[in-house]
Amino acid sequence: MFQIHCPHCGATREEEEFSYAGEAYIARPAKPEEATEAEWGDYLFMRKNTRGWFWEQWQHTAGCRKVFAVKRNTVSYEIAGTWTLAEGKELYLKESEA
Amino acid sequence: MANRYSLWSLLKNGLKHNESWQPAWRSPQPKPRYDVIIVGGGGHGLATAYYLAKNHGVKNVAVLEKGYLGGGNTARNTTIVRSNYLWDEAAQLYEHAMKLWEGLSLDLNFNVMFSQRGVMNLGHTLQDMRDIERRVNANNLNGIDGVVLSPKEIQDIVPLMDISAKTRYPVMGASYQPRGGVARHDAVAWGFARGASDLGVDIIEQCEVVDMIIEDGRIKGVKTTRGDIFADRVGCVAAGNSTPLAKMAGVRLPLESHPLQAFVSESMKPCLDTVVMSNAVHGYVSQSDKGELVIGAGIDSYLGYGQRGSPHVIEHTAAAIIELFPSFSRVRMNRQWGGIVDVAPDACPIISKTKVKGLYFNCGWGTGGFKATPGSGHVFAHTIANDEAHPLNKAFALDRFNTGHLIDEHGAAGVAH
Repeated sequence: MFQIHCPHCGATREEEEFSYAGEAYIARPAKPEEATEAEWGDYLFMRKNTRGWFWEQWQHTAGCRKVFAVKRNTVSYEIAGTWTLAEGKELYLKESEA
Repeated sequence: MANRYSLWSLLKNGLKHNESWQPAWRSPQPKPRYDVIIVGGGGHGLATAYYLAKNHGVKNVAVLEKGYLGGGNTARNTTIVRSNYLWDEAAQLYEHAMKLWEGLSLDLNFNVMFSQRGVMNLGHTLQDMRDIERRVNANNLNGIDGVVLSPKEIQDIVPLMDISAKTRYPVMGASYQPRGGVARHDAVAWGFARGASDLGVDIIEQCEVVDMIIEDGRIKGVKTTRGDIFADRVGCVAAGNSTPLAKMAGVRLPLESHPLQAFVSESMKPCLDTVVMSNAVHGYVSQSDKGELVIGAGIDSYLGYGQRGSPHVIEHTAAAIIELFPSFSRVRMNRQWGGIVDVAPDACPIISKTKVKGLYFNCGWGTGGFKATPGSGHVFAHTIANDEAHPLNKAFALDRFNTGHLIDEHGAAGVAH
């Protein structure tokens, strides 16, 4: 059980108020009509499933109902921070480049 | 050669004050090279090594386990065995395992305490009942036993269950597989370990794989915390930790690792002699030979490698169990734990070759791998020995996520994902 801060409504609430929405920032193939079966399969099903620090999405289902980005450690369950999807993406891209 | 267990050996060792029993398996130092390395010393990995040695004559095998035997999911599950899956491919795979279970204690000369006490899947809505009818019919067509029970028939088998119309989700019926049941989970790991070790397999505990050695798209061996070990064929059976292993080899898997929790009560007098599962209210319960209620919860929704989950998941399951069995409301719980399960998008396993030659994966069993232990090891051993899938696991290849030939078993998987 952990507490999550919703960046949209500014509330810090228990995990039960939120729903998990999986890995964040999965890029859809830019030209879907040209994507191969392998590229589609990769986009639809393959997941990073990271052991350690992981970017994921949560929805504040019992609150403002908005989806946002969370950086959470999947071993210790520690949360580094929460951002709106747009804010988080910049940080995520910067991290992926590094 | 380890001890053979028999009435005679019990007598003989009893007369020697039980001081001359030998360890059930050897604990050798790793050799520099093997024919096959199995990564992961859980039930499936040990079964794979056992069948490689026994059925395929591949005896120069190492099983690498990062912890100790029976310390992972093998001893963190609710011990249920059944084969009542909907689709042909899955039903045949699990039924193959069921047939092996039926002769396993004799085959291993080790009592895995397999008890065919029946497994009941409850229906609480009209749609549940339609799905149950369909699944039981599909099972019967595949030669798998199963019947649909009315509430009255359920009550005859489980008198303690509340089947009245007062409950929030009244019980409308159930599917029942009489050949289903439970087995003692750690005995399964020990039995396979002992059988494999007897046939020459090296079981190496406290040995974690940290990287893979790959040259020209072909596996050469693994780097471990106990040094490099070489082999031309490597089979990975690491459940929740499959994705990090695959990443070392540059292979992507469609898995998400989640905590799955379970808990047991204090010991009680016998009160429940079958397994009761309910997908709709979500909980499953059986009573162990020691008298504890063994209760399984659902997976935690989030991705997690922590071998622990959140308390509200346990609370929901306890509520469901008490709704079904009001008399359990005063039972005290003894222990609670979580295992990391690797959930696949279609709730079916992946038993497959990969793009790296000589590297095989057996994963994605999600919440229901224990029941398949012998069958999974049997077909995976075949896949590794012949570099080709056994007919029973052909449909479970990794490329089904590219071709779209998924086997959707969310309905028959016991746990809601």
